[in-house]
Amino acid sequence: MTGLVPMTGLVFWAELGIKMAVAAAAVPAIGMVIGYAEMKLSAHMQSRVGPYFAGGRYGWAQLIADGVKFIQKEDIIPAEADRPVFKWAPALVMLGTMALLVVIPLHPSRYGMVRDLDVGIFYALAVSSVSTIGVLMAGWSSANKYSMIGGLRAAGQLIAYELPLVLATVGVVIQAGTMSMQGIVQAQVAQSWPFMLTQFVGLAIFMTAALAELTRLPFDMPIAESELVMGYVTEYSGFRFLFFFLAEFANMFSMSAIAVTLFLGGYGFWGIPTDTLLSPLIVFAKVGILVFIMIWLRWTLPRFREDQLQTLAWKWLIPISIVNIIVTAVLKVVV
Amino acid sequence: MLAHHLSEAAVSVELETEGMTLNIGPQHPSTHGVLRLVATIDGERATDVRPVIGYMHRGYEKLAEVRTYPQITTIVNRIDWVSGFANEVPFIVAAERLMGVEAPPRAQWIRLVLTEMARISSHLVFMASYPLELGAATPLFFALRERERVLDLLESVTGGRFHPNFNRIGGVKPVYAAGPVTKKAGMDIPAAFLAETRDAMDKVESTCEEIENLVAGNEVFLARTKGVGVIPVEKAASYGVSGPNLRASGCGFDLRKTSDYLPYDGFDFDIPTGENGDCWDRWWVRLEEIRQSARIIRQAIDGIPSGPLQAKVPRIIKVPAGETYVRAENPKGEMGYHLVSLGGLGPYRLKIRSASFSNLSILPWILQGALVPDFIAIMGSIDFVLGDVDR
Repeated sequence: MTGLVPMTGLVFWAELGIKMAVAAAAVPAIGMVIGYAEMKLSAHMQSRVGPYFAGGRYGWAQLIADGVKFIQKEDIIPAEADRPVFKWAPALVMLGTMALLVVIPLHPSRYGMVRDLDVGIFYALAVSSVSTIGVLMAGWSSANKYSMIGGLRAAGQLIAYELPLVLATVGVVIQAGTMSMQGIVQAQVAQSWPFMLTQFVGLAIFMTAALAELTRLPFDMPIAESELVMGYVTEYSGFRFLFFFLAEFANMFSMSAIAVTLFLGGYGFWGIPTDTLLSPLIVFAKVGILVFIMIWLRWTLPRFREDQLQTLAWKWLIPISIVNIIVTAVLKVVV
Repeated sequence: MLAHHLSEAAVSVELETEGMTLNIGPQHPSTHGVLRLVATIDGERATDVRPVIGYMHRGYEKLAEVRTYPQITTIVNRIDWVSGFANEVPFIVAAERLMGVEAPPRAQWIRLVLTEMARISSHLVFMASYPLELGAATPLFFALRERERVLDLLESVTGGRFHPNFNRIGGVKPVYAAGPVTKKAGMDIPAAFLAETRDAMDKVESTCEEIENLVAGNEVFLARTKGVGVIPVEKAASYGVSGPNLRASGCGFDLRKTSDYLPYDGFDFDIPTGENGDCWDRWWVRLEEIRQSARIIRQAIDGIPSGPLQAKVPRIIKVPAGETYVRAENPKGEMGYHLVSLGGLGPYRLKIRSASFSNLSILPWILQGALVPDFIAIMGSIDFVLGDVDR
């Protein structure tokens, strides 16, 4: 916790409060930007126009209008549902999403991230699974067979893809010698090239596993609208549905931001000093590239089958990432 | 209990799991309408599947008995609404046969062109919906955009996109070719139709390329379709599966080659057949059939005979007593009309043999032991329309 100055009482709580408010406001903001990007990009990939009228030009206000619509909708809870679990599931999904934003470094200064934890990457990977508990809760409590299959698929997917996700980052941690997110970025800035060049295998595995964690195509079996109607969100409506919706987009951002931090050098870019106000923009630009790739894949690939997904994880991604760790570790010692 | 079992090495430790009954449909995104499948699933695997049909039964066979012959075309083109025109033709041919009337050559060729267009549009709907069922949304837009072109052409001639109601006993509906001509001689298909069709066929063929590039090279698509839902040719035959589904299993049976309901015999076209009878083959056969249909349409518009659109028929159509059966190769498979007339204004009995009904009958057999995601892949690849199942 290099940047953390010991603080007491009011100052600590004030700063914490402001940071939390920023993180809380970031989720809908990010959700709207990425949601709009997805609508427009998918439209152009499919020779459509996409949102056009809302807000006057280019339909920029479409997502705001959608949000208002969702809030107005009736909040339906199925009679057979396990009410408290059903109600809390979206909140838990959102919690995992927001907790992930805590450790994303946008700037080298103390205000560049909510909290620079010593075990930053460890924390990020741990809280990223909290959402899946929410998904499982949603699937179980909905009293709907489709929801339950969706929730169980999500659980199976999480167990399978958490491992490659974690293992893919180990190579970076070995190279950087630290688990702190700031430390990892600083290591890349110091050596003036991103870990992507040496850890390209790790990046590929991380992004694949991240797609599976996000339950986006080609790994969206927990939702799989042609099979399971809408999977675990089938019974949700109104604002609770919006929570799942926003959490997905915000999670896309935070997963990409973690990948940027680990593999693409975070806020570092050749020739640009890291401590300017450009730093967050550099992070956003890099995240934008990864998010674009995710959206691109979403609209071009069909969905895998559940067993094919498991095969991919256990027979390919995990062994490859273990080999990657061994090679990295050996080279770290030898070179 | 479990610990006790574990202590005995010889005892299997498989958990006792109860099957779950999953109702897929009648309201479900991928059952193409109101099909209901009662599936008993064990985890993701189906142990028993029972299709329940009839949610869309409109009683067309009965309705036909209380209508006059010219009115029945409006009913039959709603059987398989994705290829409405193709449903009209065999019925009209059946009535014509009983009456001893034959449509003039030009009318027959127009029927042939529009039937093939209906086939293209039906298969393009399949090209659109099938990848969507596997999760890929984008091919839908490419295929439907092209179908719109074909439907526009159909509309320019018949006035209807889905329900043309264009066939008349003894020919096709008279259309004024250029402006309001009152004399029968001035009636023909729109002047620009043939040229526009030629252009549209170019575009359809390039779309086939496009779809093939988009979908056929996709590893995920291959992984989802190759070797999935294999129907051996004997099984297909014993369940009465017909059309592209039968040809995908390797049997080159096509009524366009063997039956004479339309003048297909001077045309040069191939019958694509699959090798394995899996979902991939069923997809590929349909893509190839679009190309073959485009080929047929090209030949037809090059050699279309001139002449009247209508044979001479009485003003009030009465079909002499008798019965006949006309079978036709429809986009979904074999379509048959068994028409029994007692000599009145309408049929005494009209039995409709619709392709989707027979094709669907193989579902319980083929879905046995399938995974839930494969359900959708297999069901989609059979390509049925619920209107064609329930009638």
